[in-house]
Amino acid sequence: MKGDPPVSSGAHRVRPPRFVVLNPPGRMAYWVQATVLTELRFHGRGGQGAVTAANLLAAAAVLEGKYAQAFPHFGAERRGAPVVAFARVSDRPIERHSQIRNPDVVVVLDPALVELVDVTAGLKPGGVVVINAPRRPSGLRADRVVCVDATRIARELGLVVAGWPVVNTGILGALARATGIVSLDFVVKAIQAQWPGKTGELNAEAARRAYEEAGEC
Amino acid sequence: MPVLTLTGNYAVAHAVKLARVKVIAAYPITPQTTIVEKLSEMVEKGELDAKMIRVESEHSALAAVYGAASAGARAFTATSSHGLLYMHEVLWWAAGSRIPLVMAVVTRAIGPPWNIHVDHQDVMDQRDTGWIIAVAQENQEVLDLTLQAFRISEDPRVYLPVIVALDGFILSHTTAPVEVPEQREVDEWLPPRRQPYVIAPETSIVMGNIAPDEEYYMMRLSMQKAMGEAKRVAEEVDAEYGKVFGRSYGGLVECHRCEDADYYIVITGSWAGDAKEAADRVREQAGVRVGVARVRYIRPWPHERLREILGNAKGVIVFDRAVSFGAKGQLFTDTAASLYDYKVSMRGVIAGLGGVDVPAEDMIPVIMDFVEKVEEQGFVYEPSYWLLPPKYR
Repeated sequence: MKGDPPVSSGAHRVRPPRFVVLNPPGRMAYWVQATVLTELRFHGRGGQGAVTAANLLAAAAVLEGKYAQAFPHFGAERRGAPVVAFARVSDRPIERHSQIRNPDVVVVLDPALVELVDVTAGLKPGGVVVINAPRRPSGLRADRVVCVDATRIARELGLVVAGWPVVNTGILGALARATGIVSLDFVVKAIQAQWPGKTGELNAEAARRAYEEAGEC
Repeated sequence: MPVLTLTGNYAVAHAVKLARVKVIAAYPITPQTTIVEKLSEMVEKGELDAKMIRVESEHSALAAVYGAASAGARAFTATSSHGLLYMHEVLWWAAGSRIPLVMAVVTRAIGPPWNIHVDHQDVMDQRDTGWIIAVAQENQEVLDLTLQAFRISEDPRVYLPVIVALDGFILSHTTAPVEVPEQREVDEWLPPRRQPYVIAPETSIVMGNIAPDEEYYMMRLSMQKAMGEAKRVAEEVDAEYGKVFGRSYGGLVECHRCEDADYYIVITGSWAGDAKEAADRVREQAGVRVGVARVRYIRPWPHERLREILGNAKGVIVFDRAVSFGAKGQLFTDTAASLYDYKVSMRGVIAGLGGVDVPAEDMIPVIMDFVEKVEEQGFVYEPSYWLLPPKYR
């Protein structure tokens, strides 16, 4: 009997099936074919609510009758430092549990992160970046970028907590507009379920405004 | 039944609440902590009528719920990793006393070096204690298994404690849709607690005293017999649960595309989902018929079920997320023992220790390489194949 060799071989690598991307039609929604798995990565700063945004997206998708997962980056995090979170949305049960290396969608809550972090790392060809910024940051290169000024929207609505504009709910409106993976109605429902009352209504309004204002940039 | 978006840990908490647990004791440890946080919130809000006992260690946590359970209360605790190791002695007390009890183990690597991420070393370390050990793949299954665990543990044919294992972070901190049954339905399905004896002020019972060697031996034999019964009970409970709640999981082993498979992956835990994806892709793209036998109970070991499933296999590839140093992966050893008289090729893959991510695309080359080797050489036996992390390949 041979010993216990620590072997690993990549010689028989089988190519994964290609992700199905429909050519973006004239309008922005339904960019992603609804029946396939969509994988998303959220970039934010500790305290900005990237994990909550991922969770709300999953909750919205589930309310809409889809299947979803959301998970944080499994490590230590601290306020102000760059953080990431992940989500998957599909029309079928999701059994995949590995980390997301090649997202279809990247969501960026703070435009300054573009200078600090490679936010488009692993982004699939044809993938989209949804960013909280009035215009596309010069260092951001991607096939499709959708901008929304969620910071201004939050300030206009008085959505400021401990000096920080709340941008994680607004950005979900832009995400709904840019990708169609969830509809705005269910984003609003998920937000209202999370924070009943006035807080939920303000955050829902941020999502609605971001949906209206989001645009290719 | 409402569908909520819950983390695996919250799914455990909901199940514990639905089971109307009366006593909870635990000590915080990552990634278990949010189970007990949620439960104490439920108690505080008056949604769950239970006593939370604060303790100074995991050893005391299990001792406290063991005491409560001995006195007739449905009791629950949860832990991970080093906390579980610290409890280890009391695990033997609970099982040897035949006290029904349910514990959630959120699986996590053991230090040193320090690591809070998923692997199965902590739960594998408890295989010999006399606890039934069930392992979930999804958050929904976490809830369903936890409810089933009370039923199995309190069945007079069994009377053994049950661990429900869920993968740290991968399930514990990941939100996913979970259908939460109505309280009324659970009340109808889960009978009042039963146990072999109850300690009470008016009765005289001696626990844990010295037994004559022969009695000791016979009590060990009765535990082994109860484990044998537990196989049937677990299958029955899963099937009945399916009739009432619409979900069952194939009992001791869940089979994915086993009908016509030539090769099988044997695996347990959340990464079984990735293994199913790997099997599907290998079928579609290489035309090799691969099935997945997901082991849902590592104790009692589903010996008969696996022999049925794997009997005609050309090859079996076992993925272990733990290792018995100086021997092999624990699932591999048990699988190989179950196939002792079959001439079947086997490879034991050790991967994902300390939370190293193992997606389907990393499993596929290992499967294809094994298949090709078996097709070329006829018989392959590689018990200890270490799938290195990507940066070391």
